[in-house]
Amino acid sequence: MASVIQFDPIQLPPEAEALRVEVRAFLKEEIAAGTFDPQTVPMTDGFSREFSRKVGAKGWIGMTWPKEYGGQERSFLERYVVTEEMRAISAPTRAHFTADRQSGPVLLKYAPEEIKRDVLPRIVSGDCCFCIGMSEPDTGSDLFAAKARAVKVDGGWQLNGSKVWTTNAHHAEYMIGLFRTSPATADNRRHGLTQFLVDMKNTDGITINPIRFMNGMHDFNEVVFEDAFITDSHLLGEVDAAWTQATTELAYERSGPERFLETLYTLVEVIRALGDSPDRRSAEGIGRLVAQLYTMRRMSVSVNGMLQAGKDPMLEGSIVKELGTNWEQALPGHVRELAAFIDEDAGNRATLDELLHHATMVAPKLTIQGGTTEILRGIVARGLGLR
Amino acid sequence: MDDSDRIIIDTTTRIFQDLGAPQMIVNSGDDSWKAPLWDTLEEAGLTQTWTPDDLGGAGAGIVDGFDVLRVAGEYAVSVPLAETLLAGWLLARGGIVVPQGAMSIAPVRSGDRIYLADDGALSGTVRKVPFASAVDRIAVLAHRGDETVVALVDTADCVITAGRSLSGEPLDTVCFDGAVPESVEPAPEGLDEAALFQMGAAARASQIAGALRGILDMSVDYAKERMAFGKPIGKFQAVQHMLARLGGETAAAIAAAGSLADRIARSDSFDEKVFLEVASAKIRAGEAAGAGAGIGHQVHGAIGFTDEHVLHRYTMRLWSWREEFGSESVWAVRLGEMVAARGADELWPMVSAQ
Ligand SMILES: Cc1cc2nc3c(=O)[nH]c(=O)nc-3n(C[C@H](O)[C@H](O)[C@H](O)COP(=O)(O)OP(=O)(O)OC[C@H]3O[C@@H](n4cnc5c(N)ncnc54)[C@H](O)[C@@H]3O)c2cc1C
Repeated sequence: MASVIQFDPIQLPPEAEALRVEVRAFLKEEIAAGTFDPQTVPMTDGFSREFSRKVGAKGWIGMTWPKEYGGQERSFLERYVVTEEMRAISAPTRAHFTADRQSGPVLLKYAPEEIKRDVLPRIVSGDCCFCIGMSEPDTGSDLFAAKARAVKVDGGWQLNGSKVWTTNAHHAEYMIGLFRTSPATADNRRHGLTQFLVDMKNTDGITINPIRFMNGMHDFNEVVFEDAFITDSHLLGEVDAAWTQATTELAYERSGPERFLETLYTLVEVIRALGDSPDRRSAEGIGRLVAQLYTMRRMSVSVNGMLQAGKDPMLEGSIVKELGTNWEQALPGHVRELAAFIDEDAGNRATLDELLHHATMVAPKLTIQGGTTEILRGIVARGLGLR
Repeated sequence: MDDSDRIIIDTTTRIFQDLGAPQMIVNSGDDSWKAPLWDTLEEAGLTQTWTPDDLGGAGAGIVDGFDVLRVAGEYAVSVPLAETLLAGWLLARGGIVVPQGAMSIAPVRSGDRIYLADDGALSGTVRKVPFASAVDRIAVLAHRGDETVVALVDTADCVITAGRSLSGEPLDTVCFDGAVPESVEPAPEGLDEAALFQMGAAARASQIAGALRGILDMSVDYAKERMAFGKPIGKFQAVQHMLARLGGETAAAIAAAGSLADRIARSDSFDEKVFLEVASAKIRAGEAAGAGAGIGHQVHGAIGFTDEHVLHRYTMRLWSWREEFGSESVWAVRLGEMVAARGADELWPMVSAQ
């Protein structure tokens, strides 16, 4: 039934708001100290071990995880606040973000104890970057057609094949990769894939080749495996059953603040450039975008609040990602229109132009990475009972 | 959501299902359905959801009233329920006992003002008052010298010039000159035309959210039943994606209206936080109304464009409701001016303030 769509009006708890104050103070200090510059980070890959270690020292990486693995056992809403504050000011979180958001939780759930004890605390301290090895040259959206394979050998597994578009592979200590361990079966084409933890720094037979973005940036890579050997303890979960290991984690992954804040800096700069008493056209433009942003965020907070409350807002999470990524993608285009008549001499015009050019060039990826809009719409349609 | 919220939602749903179902209304071809529906809503106390029990109301909460309006929106019925709720809310704030019967409120457009002279007579002409010609009384906000008052006026004492909204509801010009109100009480601190306008916009946002949910449900159902090229149209990916977009727009309206209702319920005054919520919700729900109505029609094909089908009862009302109590453009200019005056670096703190 379609009318299951529900968005509880979540209020962030006092401890989350208290944390926000702390996070803002920290970010302000780091900006003042020159650790990062909010107006230039968006144009870099946002990778800073120095910054990630500082965030780790604050206890803000893996903060929802059990204390025995270095976590703080804090709520998902507290994590939400930390994440959104960092995103909103373009803090360079790349060195820890993937691990914090998805790899750590996968390990918590599926890795053997010795791996958890070894790796999780290093993520928490900001020393451990992760990459995701899912896409291949011939399989993107159709993930379950993956061909890169893992073959059981004495004491472990041997990996062969290649992954592409692997963000952070050139920085990462580890990959969580999807490998074929059996052929698909006639009645289940998703059968036969297995998740593995791959040590990217200490494994022979792995080659990382940079693939440049259209604007010249180096962000993702091709990763080639040639008889790379990993030990048995690096198997995550069940053999052949990776497809069952997608859980509510996915809803967190879909509905986070990073799903709509990616180009926020363009809105901030155009508001700056338009000044404190914009003409009516500009005021209307700003007003609409702020209303959309405000609603997006309320939706995202709501999904996270419902998750924290033990509900299962899968449909709502997918909707938030679909709407959010399309919104952040369209934002530079709207900002461009608002900027059309801004005086060339306006104080921050040069900064605005530079950021806007950058945002325009990266916007196309926002509805491709992490699952395309079309795939998400299919998921939403299924949630509505159409598939 | 606790049990009492659930009861109000279930009761409202049941009454509209039994007595306000769109297909039944279309089939009736006249207004014979109106009195039984209204009487039942009144008996259940739903027309007075925003009136405390000591003033004659049901004593339910602010959120309950918005729930009632959202559910009513799911049936897109042409009755002055939102207007009566708003009138009850306004009267109650002035401490005036709220009578039974359908009511409306005034003024509803920025710039329009009503005055109360020392001799006790009102003056002023206000435009686009929803359902004025169809209700017994109007709750008004008026000015007596420096003082703002709440007053209850019999529509028989006003001169009403009929107007129509896009969806055919009365949207009338009301001249109060010479009308002597039944009751007058001072308005509480902070209750002014802007506050009333915000409350009206909030009511419309809830109605829009409900109507979109109605369109989504009916469109999904239709896509599962309607066959083309040997299969249900809902099996075509293009149709699935249209409906997914409709789901997104509906979700945005539901989330915005729900967040707003919650905010108003938790606020003592119409402060900046409320303003931000109202503006955002009315803009976003208004945008969703436009996009959602368009998708609903596209999914339904020609049948949805006919008088006999219920879809237009929803889409036409969406096109009206997005206009009333401030369109997207009207609210966006105000919100944009506020954001600009605060400055770029205050944007995020403002957006993340709750
Ligand atoms: C910046 C960036 C970073 C990335 N980082 C990573 C990473 O770290 N790790 C990783 O594994 N992958 C990564 N990816 C890859 C990403 O997950 C894939 O690009 C994505 O899943 C789409 O796959 P594809 O590019 O092969 O496109 P395809 O699957 O070939 O799709 C091409 C087009 O066809 C459409 N399409 C495909 N199937 C359907 C269908 N069933 N119905 C309707 N339309 C369909 C798509 O929506 C798209 O519009 C990254 C991608 C980008 C752009």
